Amino acid sequence: MPTQRMSFPPATPLRPYRRAILVGSAHGLGAAMARRLAREGYCLALLDRDAETLERLCAEINAQYGEPLAQPYVHDATHYEEVPALLRRIVADLGGLDLFMYIAGVLLPTTPTTYEFEKDLKMMEVNTLGALAWFNEVAPLFQSARGGQIVGVSSVAGDRGRVGNPGYNASKAALSTYLEALRNRLTRFGVHVLTVKPGFMDTEMLKHSPRTFWVVSPERAADDIYKALRRRKQTIYTLGRWGLVMLIIRHIPSFIFRRLSF
Amino acid sequence: MMTALSLENTFTPLENFGHSLSAPSYLLRPRSVEEIASVFRLSKKSGLGVTLRGAGRSYNDAALNGGQIVLDLTGLDHILEWDPASGVVRAEPGVTLQQLWQRVLPDGWWPPVVSGTMTTTLGGCLAANIHGKNNYKMGVIGEHVLEFRALLPTGAEITCSPDKNADLFYAMIGGFGMLGVFTSITLQLKRVYSGLLEVHAWPTHTLSEQIASLQDGAPQHDYIVGWLDTITVGHGQIHAADYLHQGEDPNPAKTLQVAYQTLPSRLFGVMPKSLLHYFMTPFMNNLGVWGINTGKYLASLRRHSFRQSHAAFHFLLDYVPLWERSYGRGGLIQYQSFLPKETALDAWSEMLALAKRRGLPSYLGVTKRHRPDRFLLSHAVDGFSLALDFKVTDARRLRLRQMLEDFDRIVLDAGGRFYFAKNSETTPETALRFLGVEAVERFRALKKRCDPDGLLQSALYRRVFGKLGQKHD
Repeated sequence: MPTQRMSFPPATPLRPYRRAILVGSAHGLGAAMARRLAREGYCLALLDRDAETLERLCAEINAQYGEPLAQPYVHDATHYEEVPALLRRIVADLGGLDLFMYIAGVLLPTTPTTYEFEKDLKMMEVNTLGALAWFNEVAPLFQSARGGQIVGVSSVAGDRGRVGNPGYNASKAALSTYLEALRNRLTRFGVHVLTVKPGFMDTEMLKHSPRTFWVVSPERAADDIYKALRRRKQTIYTLGRWGLVMLIIRHIPSFIFRRLSF
Repeated sequence: MMTALSLENTFTPLENFGHSLSAPSYLLRPRSVEEIASVFRLSKKSGLGVTLRGAGRSYNDAALNGGQIVLDLTGLDHILEWDPASGVVRAEPGVTLQQLWQRVLPDGWWPPVVSGTMTTTLGGCLAANIHGKNNYKMGVIGEHVLEFRALLPTGAEITCSPDKNADLFYAMIGGFGMLGVFTSITLQLKRVYSGLLEVHAWPTHTLSEQIASLQDGAPQHDYIVGWLDTITVGHGQIHAADYLHQGEDPNPAKTLQVAYQTLPSRLFGVMPKSLLHYFMTPFMNNLGVWGINTGKYLASLRRHSFRQSHAAFHFLLDYVPLWERSYGRGGLIQYQSFLPKETALDAWSEMLALAKRRGLPSYLGVTKRHRPDRFLLSHAVDGFSLALDFKVTDARRLRLRQMLEDFDRIVLDAGGRFYFAKNSETTPETALRFLGVEAVERFRALKKRCDPDGLLQSALYRRVFGKLGQKHD
């Protein structure tokens, strides 16, 4: 029997809601992105493990626009096995899918001289494996529908391995490379894949980081991402100037880079 | 043999006919009744609802079911029995009107009711209970169905006719595929003695003249249809057509042939018509359509008569292939209202004045004469219909929406009705008002009986009946 569906407003030619799934959207960039997309008239399936905050965010968005644009789905990004059935259910609720965003991520602080597998594992699971679990379900859907947009939120930290946090660097590097491969597979099917590489952002994640600069607000980053979606960019840095910085950093020869302490 | 369809690799982009709404779905294409039954089992197991789809010619969301299952019935396309002596045909639901007339015309028969395009399927024609330009005389297509067989979501197979399971007969026809799947359809066709129609064309100069022409012309002709220029409001042209009687066509053996009927594929013998829609695109704006309409009106000022093939007279929508693409990226919608003959003139005058004032003219207006019928979800009235095509763009959406809300109010206040194959913005409240509480309750009771698990659902059904249904469940 068809299960009781989340009731998004019905799409009609004069109310053609676009449809998005945001994994990791209760806090920070995810929440800002949800608010930004709601403003653009998207119907939003918002996923997070923090049920309470998620529901509050949905209620806030729905009250603001006077229609049920956002619906909460409680999901832990490391529960990979839930993904196929959950995706099918959400796509049925939304009435299709135009945009999938993987925003979930963790940064577990460490020091240049400590080694903790537990932390590396957790970051790999949330930042990388969770994303892969979703991409592997979303990609074939978009491929056969011959359209759609996939966004992965990676990080400038994935561009180079540094002394500070090898596990985080590796999890984001894997994500960036995976997204690039996905783009190379899917562009021929009309599917757009966007890699987002934020620098420092003013969210929970950075509250323990000692030295930050050029800090961007999640709202500004969400703006940048939305613009990149419209323009179908491949990779963006936010702030944009990180693009130039990382270009230089990527080209620092190892004999210098391994002596640096950032 | 047990065959079952699966969802693997079936997610497909689907749109309405006007390309103004997209809804990707798991598209399954059964080739047998057993496979349809397997899809109902799959629906039950997966929790995904099922929508039936024929040629996909609905202007709205009648055959869309975004993110869920769409059952493409064009694979069941066999004409099962054809008796040229009695004109009775039995066919599968995926058979198109084109297939049908091409099979029966050489024997001297024609479908009694046809849509403006021949690509529609019989199943779709029954689900929408289509009418033609002869609605005032021949009624809806359902009035020519002798019998049909259907598979219900419960797995039961039933036979319906005006005498047998009559409640379902009058509800499934016009029930837009929400009660069951037609598996075979038996139709009584109409005898014709020529492949030609005698067509009369004359101009009208005002809306009231157009309505009077339809009113007075209808009893004298077998078909009548009006074209209305809604930019100048009033300029228009009437086309009325009559069957030829036995003996009037000197060479029926020739005109009844399919080759004689076929629409030309090239314009002036040179340009492939499949390219024509590209050349129309630059004119699909207020100014361009004004120019076209004015030219068309001036060319039609002379009252004249001529003979035209059935296919050429009826299937105007097929004359320019892909014409709907010329409306551009946002596509088009159609707003069709059915009004009692007493109120039509005032209501339409108000609507067209509103459209003019708001700078949102329709680019095509078509009027017809109608009569009521006894089907449960009927759209027909003793009166007239006006179909208006509107171009959809990002800049127009909100204003169009507000205008159509005003239109709905005007039509309802004037005692009018709507058609579930056309309007895309009808609200549950509007539907309840024109159908009446009793009809909706009866439809819901039948729905519960035929489809207790609610497997058959379309975007249209959820949009219009979803809320009405939930209140009582």
